[in-house]
Amino acid sequence: MKITIASGKGGTGKTTLSTNLAALWAEKRHITLLDLDVEEPNSGLFLKGTPINREILEKFIPEWHADKCRLCGLCQEVCEFNAIMKLGTEIMVFPELCHSCHACSGLCPTGSLPMVAREMGELYHYRMDNLDVVEGRLAVGEEQAVPAIKKVKEYQKREIPDADLILMDSPPGTSCPVIETVKDADFVILITEPTPFGLHDLKLAVETVRGLDKEMAVVINRHGIGDDGVENYCSDEGLQIPARIPQDLNIAKTYSAGKLIYPVHPGMKEELSHLIVFLESL
Amino acid sequence: MKEIVVLSGKGGTGKTSLTASFALLAGSSAVVADCDVDASDMHLLMGPVVKQKELFYSGKEAVIDQEACISCSRCLEVCRFDAVLSDGTHFEIEPVSCEGCGYCARVCPADAISMKPSLAGELYISEVRSGAHMVHARLGIGAENSGKLVARVKNEAKTLATRDSKALVLVDGSPGIGCPVVSSLSGADYIVIVTEPTISGWHDLKRLRELLGKFRLPSGCVINKADLNDEYADKIRKYLEEEKMDMLGTLPYDENFTAAMVQGKTILEEPFSESETAENVRGIWQKIQAAVGWSKE
Repeated sequence: MKITIASGKGGTGKTTLSTNLAALWAEKRHITLLDLDVEEPNSGLFLKGTPINREILEKFIPEWHADKCRLCGLCQEVCEFNAIMKLGTEIMVFPELCHSCHACSGLCPTGSLPMVAREMGELYHYRMDNLDVVEGRLAVGEEQAVPAIKKVKEYQKREIPDADLILMDSPPGTSCPVIETVKDADFVILITEPTPFGLHDLKLAVETVRGLDKEMAVVINRHGIGDDGVENYCSDEGLQIPARIPQDLNIAKTYSAGKLIYPVHPGMKEELSHLIVFLESL
Repeated sequence: MKEIVVLSGKGGTGKTSLTASFALLAGSSAVVADCDVDASDMHLLMGPVVKQKELFYSGKEAVIDQEACISCSRCLEVCRFDAVLSDGTHFEIEPVSCEGCGYCARVCPADAISMKPSLAGELYISEVRSGAHMVHARLGIGAENSGKLVARVKNEAKTLATRDSKALVLVDGSPGIGCPVVSSLSGADYIVIVTEPTISGWHDLKRLRELLGKFRLPSGCVINKADLNDEYADKIRKYLEEEKMDMLGTLPYDENFTAAMVQGKTILEEPFSESETAENVRGIWQKIQAAVGWSKE
């Protein structure tokens, strides 16, 4: 089973939930956690295991070979992403904007734009007993998160093929990188906080997940602050809330130091246990 | 015209609440732009009255005309995004996977594939209760190209500022370091980073700083929830010194931020306006004005 942990709003506790849930669940069975928040991957700050592997993440971009090029400009014309341009007597490639669609390369009449590998980030794989963590990290300056996310998912299929329970930590928001992490999930957990901002962004996230025909449940973080908006919305929409993580300054402090919460906060462990029971009954 | 962009790297550090406070302090001298189009929450604190609204199309999406399709499978062969679904005779595009590159349409020998503009979201121009204009947007579900919508929101705000002779554009940016953030940086004069003294706040601050360095943009930093962790607060202070970034001020961990939000207000308003936090926010805004070389008067 693949479970994606997502949130509309950032900073609602996505990484806290995925790292703590993964570590607690792994006390019972093997878990694979994929950190797909490749712009700001933080799982490794909280889960420190034995390094298993490190790989360079590559994407393919066109490389201009001037000798055969007739400067016809077709490459610039076909690129929908403004990633290749004819400037005077030169063809310039903007790697950060390239989506690796191969159109310019495949359509070039003189074969002057072979696709070559370019580093876009790194992947780290580490292990703690029953828990495999694979973290994707986009290089600073790279703008396209989706190709890096795809690579991390491919790595899991190749290197941990028998993983039967996969947790995926998604980026915040509702745009293309989030879709990439939700579209092959069996179930989605949306984590939010009970505030007007949390509610506003939760609604967008729920619409996104529904648009992809996925089942989902909501976890409330910082339960006790804010108002009843999120609870009322979930009840109106028939969304289950299998766990509520209490608002507690001590939890925030434990998190700030890069430590797992549940080993020192029994309330957190209890809520996570509810969530595990809920997810195992799916 | 000066342009200030507020960013955070990590989400949930209080970026939007602070930007809304700055917007109130700037009043009608500024045009406000909510470029956090994925989670556009700023309007919840600004009381916008929408004056103008339009649909925003960005990018394209392939559509196969089933009548014209000759099932040659060329589209399937060239697509790098697994967006062509086929059983061997019937071919169709899965919109969620299609990135709109148009390669399939160009190679289709039967001209059966057309590229349709895809709806990326809605754009609004509103009047807000600080007396300013605010440009904001709602991203369509799963839309591509949020970076382009960000650019559009910013450009609209700049156009308004020019038209109305406003000296300041105040931008609430996205978390992260990807395309929406990069898109919000073009034309900026000063970057305000709102961070928190946590291991992830610290980690994400460094990545964001590295990105800003590539654009050679001056920046300053606000440490929110500064009393949460002394060790990381100190690390951040030292880092700001090393990197020659402005230390704009600190805010205490204060649940009144949330209490104010529930009331649709900023921390600068009653009954929170006399708190230490509110006082610090006003001080931070003074420093930002000095750093940018702009003042309301």
